[in-house]
Amino acid sequence: MFINIINSISVGAIPFILLLIPAYGFFKKVKVYEAFTDGAKEGFNTAVRIIPFLVAMLVAIGIFRASGAMDILVNLVSPITGLIGMPGEVLPMAIMRPLSGGGASGLMSELITNYGPDSMIGRMASVMQGSTETTFYVLAVYFGSVAIKKTRHALPAGLIADAAGIIAAVLVVRVMFGA
Amino acid sequence: MINVVWFLMIAVGVIVGAFTGNLDAITDSAIGSARTAVDLSLGLIGTMALWLGIMKIAEESGLIKTIAKGLRFIMVPLFPEVPEDHPAMGAMIMNMAANILGLGNAATPLGLKAMQELQELNPHKDTASNAMCTFLAINTSSLTLIPATVIGIRAAADSANPTEIIGPVIVATLVSTTVAIISVKLLQKLPIFQIKLENIEEASN
Repeated sequence: MFINIINSISVGAIPFILLLIPAYGFFKKVKVYEAFTDGAKEGFNTAVRIIPFLVAMLVAIGIFRASGAMDILVNLVSPITGLIGMPGEVLPMAIMRPLSGGGASGLMSELITNYGPDSMIGRMASVMQGSTETTFYVLAVYFGSVAIKKTRHALPAGLIADAAGIIAAVLVVRVMFGA
Repeated sequence: MINVVWFLMIAVGVIVGAFTGNLDAITDSAIGSARTAVDLSLGLIGTMALWLGIMKIAEESGLIKTIAKGLRFIMVPLFPEVPEDHPAMGAMIMNMAANILGLGNAATPLGLKAMQELQELNPHKDTASNAMCTFLAINTSSLTLIPATVIGIRAAADSANPTEIIGPVIVATLVSTTVAIISVKLLQKLPIFQIKLENIEEASN
């Protein structure tokens, strides 16, 4: 029942918006076709402007991942994360999450397959994936689209928020689903 | 900060790779990632054009202004530097609404539209403004209340209750977004994150 409501939201939301906004414009006597094409012409430039920023970011992340440095980082951090009750199996995914959305999603699927979706590890992985974002990607794309090079406090704030989300995911799952 | 993090990822990666014998993998990954970045960027063109077009209709019809007016009480404290009737407010609201609903394909183009509007207000074109950093931190903290993809993966793995994670996700998302807002507002006061004088002179030249 609940899953049906969620499904219909995710299926219906975009068609609804695609109808609602032009309909509102039409009744307000906006020349909807002309306005649409006028706005849409910026799409190409924006996408092209992002390229150098995204190349820089994804190449650095790619090198870091491929080198095996991730395993060393996991070993360094695991004594700390163990203190809050995070199982060691989940840690690589937690570290991957801000770096690569696809990478983290792959690790989550692996954990769910290996330990089961209703295990403690499977639930933690699901909640982590759902409650955090790919910080480095968002930073490169959003700032890149307007050619911002000096990012000031955006990255530290984003990473602190990721850490808070991951810790919250661990604790909430422990409290709600026991031990 | 970003310069240090970027350099360290590459430097640590190459040095560790040399010791672990992963240098081949590093080369492949560097070249492959560069290609992926271009594919991802170009893949955005279509959805960017679609949502920027829809946004233009919403803007010209006055819909954005109406929504922005209704949510003034949240937006003005979050973004005190942005005039309350500026189009940036409307674009940021649309982006956050799309994020909350889990509509990733719509959220990114709407977010980029918001960044363009914020850039108009930004006196230092190569440096992020306070409003930009706040908007980015909120976005990177995730706003999604219903993670449809995760629920789908859980259902496919025969979970007894694929949606049971929604409650915990909402709690964790609220925590991460609250922490993002608090830390971005505190960090912006630190001396090392102030916009340096030389940058200001550069911008005025």
